[in-house]
Amino acid sequence: MRVPILKQRDYLIASIQSALSDEDLLQLRDDLVEQTGRYRSRGAIVDVTVLDVIDSFAVRTLRAVAHMISLRGAETVIVGIQPEVAFAMVQLGLTLEDVATALDLEEGLAFLDRRIGGAAKHA
Amino acid sequence: MPNDAVVPIRSAADIVSARQEGRNLAGKIGFAGSDLTVIATAISEVARNILEHAKQGRIILDLVHHGSRVGLQVVADDSGPGIPDIPRALQDGYSTHRGLGLGLPGCRRLMDEFEIASESGRGTTVTMRKWMR
Repeated sequence: MRVPILKQRDYLIASIQSALSDEDLLQLRDDLVEQTGRYRSRGAIVDVTVLDVIDSFAVRTLRAVAHMISLRGAETVIVGIQPEVAFAMVQLGLTLEDVATALDLEEGLAFLDRRIGGAAKHA
Repeated sequence: MPNDAVVPIRSAADIVSARQEGRNLAGKIGFAGSDLTVIATAISEVARNILEHAKQGRIILDLVHHGSRVGLQVVADDSGPGIPDIPRALQDGYSTHRGLGLGLPGCRRLMDEFEIASESGRGTTVTMRKWMR
C-alpha cells in the first residue's frame, strides 16, 4: 500500500497507515526524496505509529530516507516508534544512528520548527 | 482456528503475512505486549533471510509444550544454498548480503531458543522458540 504524503507548510508528512512490505518502504523512500525537491520542502516527518514491527530492513530504509533527504538539503524526523517496537529494536541491536526521532507528530513538528527556524512558518 | 500455520515465502508481501500470522497465533496462545512484537520481528528477519538467500521457502508456526510451559515455535525452512559457516553467520555485523548483519544473531537475542541446521546445497532450517513467562 502506497503511503500518503501530505504537504503542510514547508514540510512533508508521510503518514503510514498499515503494515508495509519491503517494496512499500522503498516506494515511500523514493516518493519522499522526489517530493522534497518538487515541493521545495525543508523537512520531512515519517510517522511510524501504526508499525508493529520495525526490523533490520525497515531501519536500513528509514536511515536511507533521512540521509537522502539530508543530501537534498532538508531535515527528517521519525515519529511514533511504539514502546514495544523500541524494545524489540534494542534487542535486535538496531539503531537509527544519527536520524532524528520524536515522540509523536506534534513533537516532530516542533523539532523541525526549531531546527529550520522561522522561515518555514511564513510559507 | 488451528494452533499451527504454514506460510509460504516467495515475495516481500509474504514476509508481512508471516509476521502477522505469527503475531495472531502468539496472541491466541496468550503472549502479550512486547513479546508479540519480539516474535513478529524475529519472524520478519528469518523470512527475509529465506527470500534473500534461497528465493523461497516457508515459515512453520506451532504451539509447543514443555511440561506446564507453553510456547510458540517458529521454523524457517528453505532448500537454498545453505549457510557454509554457521558460527560466522551468528556473529554480529556479519552479512553476506546487503543486510546489517543483525538478522540471525538478533533473532537469537529476541527468542528464548534458537537452532540452525544447514547443509551446503541442500538448504537451511532455523528453529526458534519463545516461551510464555
